[in-house]
Amino acid sequence: MTDFAVRAEGISKSFGKTLALRKVDLEVPRGIVFGLLGPNGSGKSTTVRILATLLQPDTGVATVDGIDVVKHPDKVRQRIGLAGQYAAVDEYLTGRENLVMFGRLSGMSKSDARARADELLHQFDLADAADRVSKGYSGGMRRRLDLASSLMARPPILFLDEPTTGLDPRSRLGLWQTIQGLVADGITVLLTTQYLEEADRLAQRIAVLDKGDVIAVGSPGELKSRVGGESVEVAVVRPADLDAATRILAASASEAPRIDLERNRVIAAVADGAAAMARVSAAIAEAGIHTEELALRRPTLDEVFLALTGHTTEDEEPTA
Amino acid sequence: MSSPIRSLRDSGVIIWRQLIQLPRIPEVLIFALIQPVMFVLLFRYVFGGAIQTPGESYVNYLMPGIFAQTVAFGAVASGIGLAEDLRRGIIDRFRSLPMSRSAVLVGRTVSDLVRNAAVVAVMMGVGLLVGFRPSGSVAAIILAFALLFLTSFAFSWIGVVIALSLKTVEAVQSAGFIWLFPLTFASSAFVPTDSMPSWLQGFAVNQPFTVVVNAVRALFLAQPVGTLVWQALAWMIGITAVMIPLATRQYRRRTG
Repeated sequence: MTDFAVRAEGISKSFGKTLALRKVDLEVPRGIVFGLLGPNGSGKSTTVRILATLLQPDTGVATVDGIDVVKHPDKVRQRIGLAGQYAAVDEYLTGRENLVMFGRLSGMSKSDARARADELLHQFDLADAADRVSKGYSGGMRRRLDLASSLMARPPILFLDEPTTGLDPRSRLGLWQTIQGLVADGITVLLTTQYLEEADRLAQRIAVLDKGDVIAVGSPGELKSRVGGESVEVAVVRPADLDAATRILAASASEAPRIDLERNRVIAAVADGAAAMARVSAAIAEAGIHTEELALRRPTLDEVFLALTGHTTEDEEPTA
Repeated sequence: MSSPIRSLRDSGVIIWRQLIQLPRIPEVLIFALIQPVMFVLLFRYVFGGAIQTPGESYVNYLMPGIFAQTVAFGAVASGIGLAEDLRRGIIDRFRSLPMSRSAVLVGRTVSDLVRNAAVVAVMMGVGLLVGFRPSGSVAAIILAFALLFLTSFAFSWIGVVIALSLKTVEAVQSAGFIWLFPLTFASSAFVPTDSMPSWLQGFAVNQPFTVVVNAVRALFLAQPVGTLVWQALAWMIGITAVMIPLATRQYRRRTG
């Protein structure tokens, strides 16, 4: 038993002349959601496909649950579940039939597979649709079935490749809660996403991939702090209070405040986030200023990506 | 669990999956039937009157050819089915499971054999309706069907190899018919090969599809069989023996 659920050392992969992964190192501790964040074509899916034994790396070593993915793929397959954009369910089978099929192919007996399917259909809110052909399912239902399929054999490690891509916001929120529930049950999840918000919300650790390189690893908070500190933002109700608010902010700020006249806002970078926030808040109340908003801002992961790569997530063309 | 038993069990699961799909995609079965029915009507009533088949009525000559063509065209369905699975990513999920590697391909070809058997059974009924009167013994007719099913299996493996060698479902569809049309028409299936120009006869007489058609026809019509059945068996077993390792290799390569 190693300390890491998933470990990759120097894995590289090329497709023809295209280098998809360049000596990627990853260490995924047990029992957390690990986010693999990056735009299309950054190598997220290639990484997952190597770890899930679907692809062999050109160089490097990868282990899942301590087992080498190239040397013992069958043992790895007994310990993983794979769901997401590249792992489909059979649209001409019912939800229940899909689950039983994947359970049987994982080596479960017929009765075990049926019992487990029942359990998962209830857990994933698919009991009513269980005996309908999955072709008629909504996008959210299909993803839930997809996720349930990957959990049939109770794998300790789950790979989710862009699990919410293409889902509406409500279904996405539901799936997020489901994933959080899985981790609460002790499963390790390695999740790829191009949604910064998703990684921020779900992952305890994030690796940022860009063009086949891991360019940063850390907690969401650490990554954000690498891009510069926090700032305090005040929006006043009466425009006349803007000057007073600016003076208060300037007293606590590490830089000169920026004023947004149009929206009656003033924002300033602070060195000591929470303490500065408390001072500003007290001073504003003492001065009798009515605020519409008073907030401590941290940079978004979009800003993190821009700071780390020098470009935004949008200007990389998808290659996949 | 030992690996041969695991392979059998997993193949059984895949066969079950394919067979319960069948009634849920009726268009697949319907199109699998429309095409041979059209050929029967076309050749029986449109071209048949102009085709000389000494010693036999044309409909008796035609139907064994139709049966053989029907199972051969099943190769296209096998190829398209596999290409669809590859495209939709279900093969990726199968590969992430600790299941037998061979089950996906074996399950596909065996379930396609079952489907082809059903289509041939319906075509037998159609044949009887339009005047097909086999005179062979029951044993000979059973042997004829067995030979057709073996042909179906062999051709499905060809379809699988094609599907694994091409990138898109559309390419698999077009490629399937490109080789099947010359193979099934430049044969003894619809017209006697001695009516063809000599340069074509060399191919038409000796190619495996003609051998199968001649063997099946001889069995149905109580004609002298000679070594025809053995030749047909050798061809089909040979094709299967070459295609299975080829398909396995392509499957490995294609899936990483």
